[in-house]
Amino acid sequence: MSVAVRSIGAAIDRVEGREKVTGEAKYAYEHSPPGFVYATALQSTIAKGEVVGVDAEAALAVPGVLGVLWHEDAPRLHEVSDAELEILQSPRVAYRGQIVGAVIAERYEAARQAERLVRIEYSEHPHDVLLRADHPGFYEPEKVNPSYPGRTEEGDFDQAFATAEVTIDRTYETPAEHNNPMEPHASVAVWREDGITVYDSTQGASSVQDIVAKAFGLERERVRVLSAHVGGGFGSKGTPRPHVILAVMASQAVRRPVKLAVTRQQMFDFTGYRTPTIQRVRLGCDRQGRLSATAHAVYEQSSTIREFAEQTATPTRMMYSGENRRTSHHLTRLDVPTPSWMRAPGETPGMYALESAVDELAIAAGIDPVELRLRNEPEVDPETGHRWSSRSLVACLREGAERFGWIPRHGASRGPRNGHWLTGTGVASSVYPARRRPSEARARLEPDGGYVIEIAAADIGTGARTALTQIAADALEVSPGEVRVDLGDSGYPTAPLAGGSMGTASWGSAVVKACRELRATLARGDTPGLPVEAHVDTGAEVQGDEALARYAFGAQFVEVHVNADTGEVHVPRAVGVFAAGRIVNAKTARSQFIGGMTMGIGMALHEESLLDLRFGDYANHDLATYHVPSCADIEELEVAWIDEHDPHVNPIGAKGIGEIGIVGTAAAVANAVHHATGIRFRALPITPARVVGRVSR
Amino acid sequence: MRPFDYHRAADPRAAVAAVARRPEARFLAGGTNLIDLMRLGVEAPELLVDVSRLGGGRIAETEAGGLLIGASVRNSELAADHRVRDDYPVLAQALLNGASGQLRNLATVAGNLLQRTRCLYFQDVTKPCNKRSPGSGCPAIEGEHANLAIFGHSEHCVATHPSDMAVAMVALDATVHLEGPSGPRTTPLIGFHRLPGDAPDRDTVLHHGELITAVELPPLAAARRSLYRKARERRSFAFALVSVAAALELDRGEVRDARVALGGVAHVPWRATRAEEMLRGGPLTEERAHAAAEAELAHATPLRDNAYKVPLAHRLIVRTLLDVAERP
Repeated sequence: MSVAVRSIGAAIDRVEGREKVTGEAKYAYEHSPPGFVYATALQSTIAKGEVVGVDAEAALAVPGVLGVLWHEDAPRLHEVSDAELEILQSPRVAYRGQIVGAVIAERYEAARQAERLVRIEYSEHPHDVLLRADHPGFYEPEKVNPSYPGRTEEGDFDQAFATAEVTIDRTYETPAEHNNPMEPHASVAVWREDGITVYDSTQGASSVQDIVAKAFGLERERVRVLSAHVGGGFGSKGTPRPHVILAVMASQAVRRPVKLAVTRQQMFDFTGYRTPTIQRVRLGCDRQGRLSATAHAVYEQSSTIREFAEQTATPTRMMYSGENRRTSHHLTRLDVPTPSWMRAPGETPGMYALESAVDELAIAAGIDPVELRLRNEPEVDPETGHRWSSRSLVACLREGAERFGWIPRHGASRGPRNGHWLTGTGVASSVYPARRRPSEARARLEPDGGYVIEIAAADIGTGARTALTQIAADALEVSPGEVRVDLGDSGYPTAPLAGGSMGTASWGSAVVKACRELRATLARGDTPGLPVEAHVDTGAEVQGDEALARYAFGAQFVEVHVNADTGEVHVPRAVGVFAAGRIVNAKTARSQFIGGMTMGIGMALHEESLLDLRFGDYANHDLATYHVPSCADIEELEVAWIDEHDPHVNPIGAKGIGEIGIVGTAAAVANAVHHATGIRFRALPITPARVVGRVSR
Repeated sequence: MRPFDYHRAADPRAAVAAVARRPEARFLAGGTNLIDLMRLGVEAPELLVDVSRLGGGRIAETEAGGLLIGASVRNSELAADHRVRDDYPVLAQALLNGASGQLRNLATVAGNLLQRTRCLYFQDVTKPCNKRSPGSGCPAIEGEHANLAIFGHSEHCVATHPSDMAVAMVALDATVHLEGPSGPRTTPLIGFHRLPGDAPDRDTVLHHGELITAVELPPLAAARRSLYRKARERRSFAFALVSVAAALELDRGEVRDARVALGGVAHVPWRATRAEEMLRGGPLTEERAHAAAEAELAHATPLRDNAYKVPLAHRLIVRTLLDVAERP
């Protein structure tokens, strides 16, 4: 049963907007429990080997320094089945920048000074950090993130590809990319014999609670994680990172609350990143552009201590029709940090390759790239055979083409030249799964007549608190002003993390259920008085979801100008049209789409972590040398959405919107650069260094 | 961060005396680079002598008809000065192409000249660097050097000077005014920055304790017809891959005076004197602009991953010269 919509869809301001702009909203690091001290992380300067000794004498002599931790004297942890989190438990160093110790001091400056005085002695082994197509270590992971099969085969790809009338066989590369939310990771930990409290910058208070409880051998209830406000995450705060364990450990060691802020530089070491990828895509179609053969093989990396296999080829399994399809993932384990989630893991690099290849195929077949996509619209999910809960890719492409002023083109063509600028246009599709997970939530009517929702959800700047307020208001049939949503506290009903674009769907389902149950209770009128509350769990409901293919879709159209002298690429305008079910808040949704597209432009033109072969780390590790778009790089971004009614995804009818905006953008830009220059750039980012020697003046 | 003393000097001479006394003392002005380097551990001064309030914040006209720019004039003020905008447009443009609005509001003229390279190894104290730690080696030569030097580098250092402003000033024949332990002196900006040679730890010819008090721009006919162009990885807040400062004095279609300087290509703001020679005494045609660029770039010695800078610099020189020639 879906919710009658009144407040949902309105472009209301963030409910905590005033707190944020006035500085009243407290982020993790701003919490100062009485008697707190500071900890900073010591990091390995070798990529592989062992720590054989630590000389902390000079560091301990710095006034205010309380202690130096390393694996020989750090508290022992319990098993957490994530080697990235099992810090200071063994001498082993698995990557450069790994946490190998901590300095704890009364003042931050003293900790930073002491950090440089600690002498760590290593036994160093040769390291292997470069992902390359001929790396001997490749194997096929059984599962890719989070639990998809690594390989799929339908029909006979080889036969179909060999006999297809038009084929392309191309390899695309994307570099390592590092998530850099505005607020770096930070934890303030308070360890006591009977329990632990952590103020953490996280996308999931409940998951940090679980891990900290496990690591320190406590009952879950004895750990409380608070994260009322979070300054972005992009996936890097989706799983607990090692610093939170270090903060608790430090607090345990000195028996005082400890503040630990991850530095911007450290965000290139141990808070996760997107694996570099090498992707071979083969497509075959007939003269009418109907796909008959599709293959996508992905080569990517993980660390030696944990398998993380990005699901890069998964969108190729469901995006377009065609009987014969093979997708595979190939992983090699290097002496590098473990890759992790970064905005739309899988879809983002995978759709760059697939949507570039589709553009190449369209040119080879002499068919307009929008038209080619329209001709390969599958009736049902090609991978599973499931019906679509809703699929509006065609509508997105048509609406986008209309808004953008797309001029159909057939075969190789070039955009017009304007003085020293080569101009071009490009298109690509977007996709992202619309999933939900079980969640709990509580709804309460207070004696003062106000409604309170409690849920251990996270608002990482997306507007989740506001969206849930609107959802609760409609479920309760009251105005949003009568509802307060409290989240970011593991003490509230357990909730899944803000990730996988599942937040609104998962939490929203639980909030709707709690509100309905509260109304039912109130309607019965048999409660002794206020407050009255309802606590629900959507576990059974979500488990019972019908087997359907649930995805959000989109289409992105981009214009580029390429400077024929310098190779600089500008994006003067882009149009994104999305179909993501019901949009809960028109204002914050627009920001999500624009943010995603902006990050996609950054992926296309700027973002690149530069591997340092000699030292084994990423040589650029700050925002001066790791470029994301500046305001000047982003000009006209137009965002629109298709009104889509999908009763199958959840009672709100909303599909997630946090990630789809970045999916396909880089391909649209690269396709436009090809249209402008006649040159296909198959490695990102498309920088002046790569372009300048290849364009003709 | 190492604890340090902070001292606010009363006048330039006192500031010089305070720094000269202690080998690990540094002048502090806008702090936009020095403070970052202190946080990174690259700089660990024992004393900071604040010279930002010494009254060096004026821009005055000289008797000769040029400008005397006080050392602590902020980059944004200098870019906004109407005399600079009218008489030395290349300088205003260079300033506005540098850093970000916030940084330009804080950074001073002297500090801009003295900013350190952004070479990744220089800024990472866990790695060797001959500039930061003489004799430790230069990993950039084999490592990440895509945005480092194509001119004048040595086996000890391949860093670039990051300033935009200095590129324009070097094209304009600026002079640096100094106050030192043994009194004041002046020195041409060309030659003020050093090529790395075997002592890359020394960025400039300054002696310890010497303080920049002003930068003087001479009157220059060519300066009114001038342009600054910068190629970079994003449209704001990025250092130059290559930049070009160009100024032309034309006399009935003939080039009487030509100034060309390049940024992002060397350990110093690179005055392209070979290009200038090729341009003087003839019309500014596309062919001659190409020949000028070629004359300069024939001497480039790119590294493994920065050879793209050669065609980039060539094209940017030609384009900038052609555009500047068309200016009224």
